[in-house]
Amino acid sequence: MNPYNRRRLVSRIMLGLCAASVVVVVVPLLLIIGYLIYQGISSVNLALFTQMPKPVGESGGGMANAIAGSLLLLGLASGFGMVVGVMTGIYLAEFGDNKFGFIVRFLSETLNSTPSIIIGIFAYTIIVAPMRHFSALAGGFALGVIMVPIIARTTEDMIRLVPTSLREASLALGVNKWRTIFRVVLRTASPGILTGIMLALARAAGETAPLLFTALGSRFWSLSVSEPISSLPVQIYTYAISPYEDWHRQAWAGALILIGIVVLIGLAARFLAARSSLVRGARRR
Amino acid sequence: MAADSIVKRLKAPGALARGRLADRAFFIATFIFAGLVLLIVAAIFIELAVMSWPSLIKFGPRFITSSDWDPVAGKFGALPLIFGTVASSVIALLLAVPLGLGVAVFLSEVSPPWLKTPVGFLVELLAGIPSVIYGLWGIFVLAPLVMNHLAPWLNHYFGWLPLFRGTSYGVGLLTAGLILTLMVLPFITSVSREILATVPRDQREAALALGMTRWEVIRHAVLPYGRVGIIGAVILALGRALGETMAVTMVIGNTPRISASLFNPAYSMAAVIANEFTEASSRLYVSALIEVGLVLFGVTFLVNAAARLLIWRVGGGQKRARV
Repeated sequence: MNPYNRRRLVSRIMLGLCAASVVVVVVPLLLIIGYLIYQGISSVNLALFTQMPKPVGESGGGMANAIAGSLLLLGLASGFGMVVGVMTGIYLAEFGDNKFGFIVRFLSETLNSTPSIIIGIFAYTIIVAPMRHFSALAGGFALGVIMVPIIARTTEDMIRLVPTSLREASLALGVNKWRTIFRVVLRTASPGILTGIMLALARAAGETAPLLFTALGSRFWSLSVSEPISSLPVQIYTYAISPYEDWHRQAWAGALILIGIVVLIGLAARFLAARSSLVRGARRR
Repeated sequence: MAADSIVKRLKAPGALARGRLADRAFFIATFIFAGLVLLIVAAIFIELAVMSWPSLIKFGPRFITSSDWDPVAGKFGALPLIFGTVASSVIALLLAVPLGLGVAVFLSEVSPPWLKTPVGFLVELLAGIPSVIYGLWGIFVLAPLVMNHLAPWLNHYFGWLPLFRGTSYGVGLLTAGLILTLMVLPFITSVSREILATVPRDQREAALALGMTRWEVIRHAVLPYGRVGIIGAVILALGRALGETMAVTMVIGNTPRISASLFNPAYSMAAVIANEFTEASSRLYVSALIEVGLVLFGVTFLVNAAARLLIWRVGGGQKRARV
């Protein structure tokens, strides 16, 4: 075989391997999603949303308390995550071109990739241990800490995309800097920032590890922030590792609900980003 | 009229000073919140160190060199946990790096445009699946698959390797490694894709003009250019794999022992914390678990810091490459 043909052959083979790797990656994904839908659909029913868990041994019952608990936890988490995240993002974009900004940006990225179970221990040591009992507050705090770096990063990126001319126009009218930032810069950047918040929510909604020893879980209806509270991911985990057939069925149904929530939030975030003129402009550039 | 009132407001005594004060206060407020992020990371270190103190002084360096994890007897040696964490992550990277890179190269260099969006979307979807759902799938689908098909096959053909000796019970190192592979794959793909997108067009065109085949362009012009960034992506994925908790906990078998065979059950650092923290009965037990957390945090912190700095270096600094 002459060298040129050999080179062409090698090229074909390697490009073919790249294409094959796509197949290898996509097939398990379709398997996971397909199996989840197959198992989940046959188990999802109204009772899952409206009923409480039944005692061990009785079949039936639902996850109403877990769904409500997850919503409460996410509410608490966004309260913390949004305030700290957005303010940090503003600092980084507006005043962060210095050493302190560099360090905060760096630590924020590191916090983003810190194992979530470590955040759980942290919430345990500073909230659960002093209060001497597990609580929704601790769980919400842990999820909030997980949301902060994601929100901070998108906020910074979006603020940096706001055209300088807009800012200057406002300042030239004699508007204070802080008012310019709130009224002009943040308002322009808000669809993008909202996208970041939703991405953070989607991530927090599926987190299990940080809740295991903060919110703990509960088989009762509770919306109190100082009591242990049930959540969808923890409930799925508990049911999955249990020996009962009926609980396995409910775990799949719960997983389908959870993935539904995560995908919905994700799609909403994409939709918002697609509508944002800033993001569109940045893509074009 | 409106302009009049603005002028009036501006001319009012002290207006300018008040405005400056408000700006100053605003700066300080954002500064405090940014500082809070720094404080959280510092507090994690300090809290973990303080809470694991009893175990730190009791065991000293033996904590990570002893392989005896027996909470009932009050013995805490984290070596089997470290082994499980590292081994499952290594399996995952060995499989996920070539595959993930292959997908990234395909998407950025080979793929027809109409295929890019759906495949890219699928990969992103894979990244968004919560880890507990991977675990659920791992228990009920992957583990039986490994036990009944993959393990016997590997044992039959490669049984002469100590890695594939014995029989699999479904849960174990191999299953954990496979689940982790699926979980870090989308990550490696999306970060490498961003890196490959930073390779200038000229680079490719120059190589093509020299008469290179498409693969040679990728091999000699594109990949070397993105090398440092790709290494960064791989290290970042390593950090992910090391710290992954739920899915691993559900399929690794939760047995603190070190063995050569990948079919055997093992235990990981994150899994031991997830499993035993609420059951830990003594103060020493709790502090030993927190020390495991401290080791895990320290290792992942270093790994992530290295990866981040690498990626920033090639991406043109913090503000340009946001991956």
